[in-house]
Amino acid sequence: MNKQLAWGVGLVALVALPFVYRDPYHLHILVLILIWSFAYTSWSMMGRFGLVSLGHGGFMGVGAYVTTLLWNHLGVSPWIGIPAAMLCAGALALVVAYPCFRFRITGHYFALVTLALSGIVLQIIIATRDYTGGSLGYTPERTKGSHILALQFDDKVVWYLIALGVWASGLAVWYWIDRSMSRYAMEAISEDEDAAAAAGVNVTAEKLRITVISAVMTAMAGALYGQYQMFIAPDTVSGIAVSLQMVFAAVVGGIYVALGPTIGAIITIMLAEVLRIGFGTKAVGWDNLVYGVLLVVFIIFLPKGILGSLLDWLKSSGKQKNR
Amino acid sequence: MMEIFDIYLLEALVNGILLGGVLALLALGLNLIFGVIDVTWICYAELVMIGMYGMYYLFSVYGLPYWVAAPICILLVAAMGAALHFLVIEPLLGAPPINQLLATGGVLFVLQSFATVAFGIDFRNLGIRLPVLALGEMHFSYARLLAFGAALIGMVAVYLFMTRTYTGTAIRAIAQDRQIMALMGVDTKKIYLVTSALGGGLAGLAACLLVLQYDVHPFVGLSFGPITFLICVLGGLGNFVGGFVAAFLFAEIISLGGLFSDLEWGYVLAFAFFIVMMFIRPAGLLAKRS
Repeated sequence: MNKQLAWGVGLVALVALPFVYRDPYHLHILVLILIWSFAYTSWSMMGRFGLVSLGHGGFMGVGAYVTTLLWNHLGVSPWIGIPAAMLCAGALALVVAYPCFRFRITGHYFALVTLALSGIVLQIIIATRDYTGGSLGYTPERTKGSHILALQFDDKVVWYLIALGVWASGLAVWYWIDRSMSRYAMEAISEDEDAAAAAGVNVTAEKLRITVISAVMTAMAGALYGQYQMFIAPDTVSGIAVSLQMVFAAVVGGIYVALGPTIGAIITIMLAEVLRIGFGTKAVGWDNLVYGVLLVVFIIFLPKGILGSLLDWLKSSGKQKNR
Repeated sequence: MMEIFDIYLLEALVNGILLGGVLALLALGLNLIFGVIDVTWICYAELVMIGMYGMYYLFSVYGLPYWVAAPICILLVAAMGAALHFLVIEPLLGAPPINQLLATGGVLFVLQSFATVAFGIDFRNLGIRLPVLALGEMHFSYARLLAFGAALIGMVAVYLFMTRTYTGTAIRAIAQDRQIMALMGVDTKKIYLVTSALGGGLAGLAACLLVLQYDVHPFVGLSFGPITFLICVLGGLGNFVGGFVAAFLFAEIISLGGLFSDLEWGYVLAFAFFIVMMFIRPAGLLAKRS
């Protein structure tokens, strides 16, 4: 009961925030944090069950590029383009993941197959440079002012509310899975596939469902990011570097708790911004240096992430008090 | 018209073989680590990148001759390989394999950004331009021929080390059965360190060869790192012969695909080929079907 109240108050406070405080720079950072949190949350939905995908950069790229290409070349509104892009990403996930799960490609091998997937998406974007702008990046055509149809808004407050809504719905999906039978099935699968199958779990179908949900949500994050930034480049929305960035942020925050990926996004984006402001152009590379060291240290000492470890610690100290 | 086309095809085929030599060398190092320690170094190509910078500084800045700089560079990267094992992998040996994979992913970030911070993002090269060998109407660069030759020699040397020395035999034995070898009186810790140094050394050798053909910059690892993993997986992780065959297969696909269209499509074809092969032969090209 208390927990629900806290969630409600938190959400209301977040919605009210831009009406009280509207510094454009801080709002910009918040929007970025919310969009990336959504992407990291999507990744963790698979990651928490031991399905480590390095292909999510690919799904994100599909989301961003399909939406923008439809808008620029065919004039299709992002309201249709984003669902279309999500559909594409879902189909791509099905095509790659089904044989993977069918033929029991797990662990290392699954990570490397999906790594190939994000490589393919990156190379295709660069190879079709006549349409996508190649490695120089690509800009959705602008309409003047704010246009709901084109999903382009000059007002950062509107973007903040959209990103907030999407982020909250991402958490809702997380809870929905958390409470469903799928969760128990997936946990059983991640412990021991054969045993789970023997107990009557349809291993392939369960894994496929979670993969497609995760891919579709990641594509949506990519599309939103493109619409918000009004500029997409292969390096920022697709490829192996983006995949690793997702894994990293999620692991730092903690992949086993709902808000873990969000904490990861806050930490990583704030770190990059603080370093950028503190060092200016000299900071190029420093943020990733700190990220990398943190990632290694975290995996060795805090594999449950910051939030996960913190919650564990609170729980255990709470128990000791009760004794 | 047809004749000219055939010459290009032949040239692409031969260039594919030459490219395959270096890829096979890279795959060999990674396979060695995987086969013995059961860990995938995601940051393997970044070790090569650091080695390339090492060559650049030793050769262009400190003015050492190439033949002196190369062994120093190989030793340097070998030491880095051992350090990587000691600092990152050893504490994680009991952890789930995916954590080890991610930790080396973190090292990838560290090495890349370290290079950005320390060396800047400019493209650098040794300034050696080796001549081009013209064979009829076909053109091959000496740099590639040299790389191919050195890669073959490196692989033969590793083969001899693995079959003719006590340490090599112990390494192969551990790859077969991890638990038993400790009982047989083999110091597993030491063997792991030696293997990591050896894998690093191979990365260093690859760096000395690649720096002749490509400019070095902090993100150069991303251009051949992923391919190296795919080759190892395609050949079957830890399977040396499979990795060797897969390297040449991949190099030919990239080279021939690039002949008919842009180079990127060569990569797209190679990646797609990889995914399809994973479904047909999940355990690697040369694996026996059960």
